[in-house]
Amino acid sequence: MGAVYENAGVFEKLGAYLQFPFVRYALIVGVLIALCSSLLGVTLVLKRFSFIGDGLSHVAFGALAISGILGLTNDMVIVMPVTIISAVLLLSTGKNAKIKGDAAIAMISVGALAIGYLLLNIYSSSTNISGDVCTTLFGSTSILTLTPVEVWMCVILSIAVVVIYILFYNKIFSVTFDESFARATGIKAGAYNLLLAVIIAVIIVLAMNLVGSLLISALVIFPALSAMRVFKSFKSVTICSACLSVFCAASGILISIVCSTPVGSTIVAVDIAAYIIFWLLGTVRRVIR
Amino acid sequence: MAQLSCVNLTLGYEGKSILSGINFEVNAGDYLCILGENGSGKSTLMKTLLGLHSPMGGTIKTSDGLNIREIGYLPQQTVVQRDFPASVREIVISGCQGKCGIRPFYNKAEKALAESNMKRLGIENLAKRCYRELSGGQQQRVLLARALCATGKMLLLDEPVSGLDPKVTADMYDLIKKLNNDGITVIMISHDIRAAVEYASHILHIGDFIFFGTKEEYIDSNGFKSLKGAV
Repeated sequence: MGAVYENAGVFEKLGAYLQFPFVRYALIVGVLIALCSSLLGVTLVLKRFSFIGDGLSHVAFGALAISGILGLTNDMVIVMPVTIISAVLLLSTGKNAKIKGDAAIAMISVGALAIGYLLLNIYSSSTNISGDVCTTLFGSTSILTLTPVEVWMCVILSIAVVVIYILFYNKIFSVTFDESFARATGIKAGAYNLLLAVIIAVIIVLAMNLVGSLLISALVIFPALSAMRVFKSFKSVTICSACLSVFCAASGILISIVCSTPVGSTIVAVDIAAYIIFWLLGTVRRVIR
Repeated sequence: MAQLSCVNLTLGYEGKSILSGINFEVNAGDYLCILGENGSGKSTLMKTLLGLHSPMGGTIKTSDGLNIREIGYLPQQTVVQRDFPASVREIVISGCQGKCGIRPFYNKAEKALAESNMKRLGIENLAKRCYRELSGGQQQRVLLARALCATGKMLLLDEPVSGLDPKVTADMYDLIKKLNNDGITVIMISHDIRAAVEYASHILHIGDFIFFGTKEEYIDSNGFKSLKGAV
């Protein structure tokens, strides 16, 4: 009896929470960001750029600190361009750079993090610096304080990302699988790398609201890696990764509301659980064959 | 008329020339083997032919209706590809990408071309299989089918048998010879002199000495004799 009552309690609680617009906003934005980041995640993981999300989000953190010091009301004016420029620099250096991809990412990532925190400590007027920093890094509450404008911006950008991804799907596949062949057949691989860089930067900035700087990489890589355990074609991996990511984000947000846990880390925890399940599925399948 | 001719080509990158004075031409239906030691500039030459590098001097001319973008390229495998989740069909049809231009999706003719090229190389039964689960020889056939989707005229093969066992290597050489007999021009980079002398119609040797001519001329050349002496 008690268990049944408790279950009903959970759903009633959820129903009650969903009456609030900010909860609905959080769900919409969370699901859209998860969808976009998982689409790009497949390409990033395969191109060995898993950590670019981490690097860029730290750059975004640094930019956020600077815009806070300058007292700008709209952070995006600084955060978006700085992140996009860093993404372009990181992805365009490629194989021939003097500093290799992973080292360049690590350098920019920790550099931006340190400078951002330093500037915050020197110039910030806030009395609770560590609280602010913690919020930015782990995205604890900002997802629940979204304004309708931010929600619409996120919806429009997400639709743009999905449409661009579908239109360029075949070209993205070519460039990811074999860049030199793609170049030889006349595909402007450089231009597509640039396009990917810009899209990734946009997603990262959007995703900072949801899971915070430190956990963005999880949204990018976990769904893609899970899908790759089980599925064998690029199309099925991409579709599975998108569906899985949406499911994990939605259930993560709902769980965090019911259990009052931090949103970002709950989503990532669900992603990890999904990865373990898919890994088991993949292993079982291989053993049976 | 030559399909592809190179006059006084100088190759290099970052301002350093590594190879100069290269002259050769390839006619429709030729089987040219480019030989040379490791580091002699074979790969750079290939990338230059494909238009991925620009030459430091000299000219590359294509004619006979051959567009530089219509060369079917078989690159060496990269680390990324070894665990890439993609089906054979997806990879083969990506060879048609050059024909698409800015059109986002493949049309019926391109899908049919992919199917017929898979049949041609005997991999149609693998169409739904995952690339990373195939053997080395099967993977090379998949990439060759993709290259055929990009071209009907000329194939550029970069060490197509590296890492394959002797039986599969022989099969691969036979397959390439068969495509050549069907009228496709083949340019192959290799360091396997024995196979080159057996299958190719022309040889371009770069490195210690530069030689271009027919296979028979190459066997008679002093350079080849000195190589044989060394072996």
